Amino acid sequence: MKPRHAIVLSIVVLQLVLVPVAAAQESQTLTIFAAASLTDVFQEMADRFVELNPAADIIFNFAGSSTLATQLIEGANADVFASANLKQIQAVVDAGRIIQPVSIFARNRLVVITPIDNPSSLSTLSDLARPGVKLILAAPGVPVRDYTDTMLQTLALDADYGSAYPEAVLLNLASEEDNVRQVVAKVALGEADAGIVYQSDVTPDLNDLIQTITIPDEVNVLAAYPIGIIENTPNPSFAKAFVDYALSEDGQAILMKWNFIGKCPASLNLSLTPPIQSTTQPASTSAPTGEPDPAFAGCPA
Amino acid sequence: MNRIRRLLIPIAAGCLFLLFILPLFALTLRSLQTRAWEASSGSGVPEALILSLLTTSTSALLVLLTGTPLAYLLARHHFRFKQLVTVLVELPIVLPPAVAGLGLLIAFGRRGLFGPALENVGISLPFTTAAVIIAQIFVAAPFYVRAAQVGFQQLDMDIEDAARVDGAGGWTLFRLITLPLARRSLAAGLAVSWTRALGEFGATILFAGSLQGRTQTMPLLVYNVLERNINAAIWTGLLLVAMASLALFLARHLGKSEK
Repeated sequence: MKPRHAIVLSIVVLQLVLVPVAAAQESQTLTIFAAASLTDVFQEMADRFVELNPAADIIFNFAGSSTLATQLIEGANADVFASANLKQIQAVVDAGRIIQPVSIFARNRLVVITPIDNPSSLSTLSDLARPGVKLILAAPGVPVRDYTDTMLQTLALDADYGSAYPEAVLLNLASEEDNVRQVVAKVALGEADAGIVYQSDVTPDLNDLIQTITIPDEVNVLAAYPIGIIENTPNPSFAKAFVDYALSEDGQAILMKWNFIGKCPASLNLSLTPPIQSTTQPASTSAPTGEPDPAFAGCPA
Repeated sequence: MNRIRRLLIPIAAGCLFLLFILPLFALTLRSLQTRAWEASSGSGVPEALILSLLTTSTSALLVLLTGTPLAYLLARHHFRFKQLVTVLVELPIVLPPAVAGLGLLIAFGRRGLFGPALENVGISLPFTTAAVIIAQIFVAAPFYVRAAQVGFQQLDMDIEDAARVDGAGGWTLFRLITLPLARRSLAAGLAVSWTRALGEFGATILFAGSLQGRTQTMPLLVYNVLERNINAAIWTGLLLVAMASLALFLARHLGKSEK
């Protein structure tokens, strides 16, 4: 290759690399990091949002909230972060990457799922502690696991289950997955006997593959989904428009359609050292049914 | 112009080399800054290290026992569809690990093709240490088979022929002549294959899941604790880099002295 050609080639290559970056900034690409459990509902919201804002182009990164929080703390580029619990968004707030305030836009509750033929014949929560049941949960740190641990601790206080209950359930663990959708997938494949996921994870597509065992509200955990705008986003107006859309009547209707519980009138101001408690702590005096957590203010219990 | 041309080569080469070493440099730097080894207690690192050593040594042994005959067949014999067999044997090298894991799951999983048959004899593979080993063999064996096949092919046929004239044949010939002559390339291939098994991730997480002490090998631990304890992840990563580097140096050393 002649040197001149090499230079021309380098320029062409450079342009190929740089031009899309410049173009992307003009065409208002909105990058949204969202909890895996939001996959279906956010995709539908995005379709509607783009209809309303044709200039917008939405790219998603769905994963366990804890993975997303780590990516954001390490400097990943995004415009909006929607987490499945407060702890993970708090970590990103603490890293100075989210504009206040953070709003709760959705709620969820836990269910037990089994393959459609329920090979271990599970029907109640106590059955989860039966030896030999193959249980799959999300890994520690993933919000659904934190909620599950909270629920197990609540059940341990109940005489019907007993203090040995959480340990007996965890002895049945076959695998700890990185996000809630992986738990759903392995149960749907029939490889495990049971998993604990959100009620919204049992999407219509899965009705032929999965059975759901509901968990009574007294012991269930009300999951809170906060959404926030990333600091220094190139598209602050679009990012805010998407957050507003998620909180709007339209957005809430889509959430309900996908089996979520709607938002509560709570707009949290997460301070840098907030009074939010880790949900992994054993529930003692501050059990979810006791003192109302500020995050749950005004919400149905 | 000539000067520019002369500079292009080292610049291009340097860019690629930097891409290789900068992540390692960053891992090392961050682990020194944060004293990452202190974070490793109570985070599952020792359990993952033991499990990784146990599973990779088992899979390496099984690769040796089954891969050597396969490589020998491919090196010495001509048969129909040999090209096809060779491609199928090498396919796992380029197959996306997630595809490998999915394939293993729908072949040997509880609801897989052979799942019911296995269940009848009391075997359930998914989420077991055995599943980890199978995933490792699947992705790592081709590296050994390829190296061993080349090793066998490079042997001077005259020696084997001479031995045959002296009355050696079959197993005796293989054990006393072929195997000793090829042993360095076999060992080099095994070292590379072991390194691949050590780093195996995608097929394992799909087929074997991730549970401390049972199926959570070091690469899975890195992925799993990243969010909770990034220092433990970094430290495990560095251990993996060190172990893999040693094995690759060993493989190069064995490969070089062969000639």
